[in-house]
Amino acid sequence: MLYREAGDFKTSYAKDSQTFPIKLDRVGYWALMAVAFLVVPFFINDYWANAVFVPFLIYVIAALGLNILTGYAGQLSLGTGGFMAVGAYACYKLMTSFPEVSMIIHVLLAGGITALVGVMFGLPSLRIKGFYLAVATLAAQFFLVWLFNKVPWFYNYSASGQINAPERTVFGIIVTGPNTEAWAKYLFCLIFVVVLAWIARNLTRGMAGRKWMAIRDMDIAAEIIGVNPLKAKLTAFAVSSFFVGIAGALFFSIYLGAAEVGEAFGIQKSFLIVFMIIIGGLGSILGSFAGAAFMVLMPVLLKNILVGGMGWPTDLAAHLEFIIVGGLIVIFLIVEPHGLAQLWRLAKEKMRLWPFPH
Amino acid sequence: MPDQLLYAIEVTLNGLMAGVLYALVALGFVLIFKASGIFNYAQGVMALFAAMTLVGIQNGQVPFAHLINAILGTEIHHFGWHVPALLAILLTACVMVLFAWIVERYILKHLVGQPDIILFMATIGMAYFMEGFGDLMWGADIKKLDVGLPQGGSLWLEENTAWLGGDGFYGFFIDKLDMVATVVAAILVASLVAFSQYTKQGRAMRAVADDHQAALSVGVSLRFIWVLVWSLAGFVALVAGIMWGAKSGVQFSLSLIALKALPVLMLGGFTSIPGAIVGGLIIGVGEKLFEFLIGAPFLGGATENWFAYMLALLFLVFRPQGLFGEKIIERV
Repeated sequence: MLYREAGDFKTSYAKDSQTFPIKLDRVGYWALMAVAFLVVPFFINDYWANAVFVPFLIYVIAALGLNILTGYAGQLSLGTGGFMAVGAYACYKLMTSFPEVSMIIHVLLAGGITALVGVMFGLPSLRIKGFYLAVATLAAQFFLVWLFNKVPWFYNYSASGQINAPERTVFGIIVTGPNTEAWAKYLFCLIFVVVLAWIARNLTRGMAGRKWMAIRDMDIAAEIIGVNPLKAKLTAFAVSSFFVGIAGALFFSIYLGAAEVGEAFGIQKSFLIVFMIIIGGLGSILGSFAGAAFMVLMPVLLKNILVGGMGWPTDLAAHLEFIIVGGLIVIFLIVEPHGLAQLWRLAKEKMRLWPFPH
Repeated sequence: MPDQLLYAIEVTLNGLMAGVLYALVALGFVLIFKASGIFNYAQGVMALFAAMTLVGIQNGQVPFAHLINAILGTEIHHFGWHVPALLAILLTACVMVLFAWIVERYILKHLVGQPDIILFMATIGMAYFMEGFGDLMWGADIKKLDVGLPQGGSLWLEENTAWLGGDGFYGFFIDKLDMVATVVAAILVASLVAFSQYTKQGRAMRAVADDHQAALSVGVSLRFIWVLVWSLAGFVALVAGIMWGAKSGVQFSLSLIALKALPVLMLGGFTSIPGAIVGGLIIGVGEKLFEFLIGAPFLGGATENWFAYMLALLFLVFRPQGLFGEKIIERV
């Protein structure tokens, strides 16, 4: 009854092409923003920040990045973990080399460096397609992890081979290191998520996004109608890697605090992000959020229910998690290849007609 | 002969042996890819699952013992019998056939006609499922696989080649198990080729690989062929699982051999059985020699992780379909 376009007259082109054409969506969006910025920071504690909110927000950025490359431009990448590592190590080198510079600039620069590396590994995509490319991106994954393990310059010659985030500030507020308040971590990540999601949304519905989608749907046909595949593919790799690099930088500096490359950014991480966008929905911004939320919340829930509630051993819960994740991937691909985002879309269609579906 | 050269030869020989094992895994991929166009990422996990099942059956482990114990509060682990190796292998092969049937019935049937990349991702999901399922069924601890294969280096070869070098050279060191694996792989490949060339089912398999629709129209049952192919791939996985499992124990890292086999496939081409073998040998020798000549002295070692991928990547830029792959023709 409430959820419909009827009566919501658009009187300008800008209004006609806005992101949320339905009023209830707009209201919901601003309400969500208000809760996220004005309510949550006052109630958040360390457990909630570290177990749920911060990893969720960071994975959203990574999923957005991969979704741009895989969901919109159609280039499946299994090297996300490697690119996150580039972001993390770039951030670490910048943080230790220029201690007085604001953290925001470090993170953005780390994203930029990752974008460069991403373009470099994206070059073969012009020749190699489909899962040949997917396998080729594994080269990036293994090579980058090896590089950060073997070249001591990257981890500042520390004895353990780990990188540790020193204490850095934004406008005088500590955001990294062990003395960070939960709300500072949360807000810092939230700002990045909101800005990047806004950029992703507007890129994907503009000219760049249309070119990517043309390449995804059929690259030869796209080339014939005048899309330059070199530019389209490489911009997709650049933008995607920028997002993923920022996610890596935040993952290391804000969330983990200390990282060892093989463990934090191994191939499992790459698959995790791929799963997020499959379950959430390929080619959907909302899907990136939904997928990240799902993959972050599910292990927490399982652990609380099986280990906390029923007293099962933790390894059993871990095995079950594998089974459930794997099973869900297959089920989603069979039943709803467009993921949670498509379910939401269907629900909205139903809501528009409710309560008179005929 | 100078010792350095002899060591290089030894490294090459070992690389060849490792390459055979890569080829063995890659073979499973090629079989499935040719028949159904599916790039089966779960091949490595299938090898792990097969090896786990083999060990479990051999030792008379109770399946899902952990789960049962957690729910019912019991303390059961073993049936208390030992199954002879050959029987256990047969039983495991049956399990793999059952698995192939389940995959066809509940997954592939529903995904016919989907884009390749969706099928690929479905097999990743399957790999995760099987990994969890295998651990749940047989436990996640590292298991020792013993089906009576010879272990350790070959003394005979070492003694008889020692005269080649000077005082510092003690002869070539080659693992007996690797030699057995090479022989087994050779037999397996020969019998697979014979099967696909000279039997009715083999011909049907090749027909499906060539053209699904045409095969259907002359009365080949697609679904039967798929079950057959997945069973064969399961059997290859079992052999690979036995070889790798006997070498380094049955554990999670066994499933990572899939990742080793991928560059082999890219190099050899996804559709070619000889390609899988040649690719495996090139990668096996290449990565060992690279590690020996360049990696260990200059780059700090452990280059084996990525060398194969980089080689395949460079190679693909010049020849996107691999060494023996069919030429990729694209139409709008």
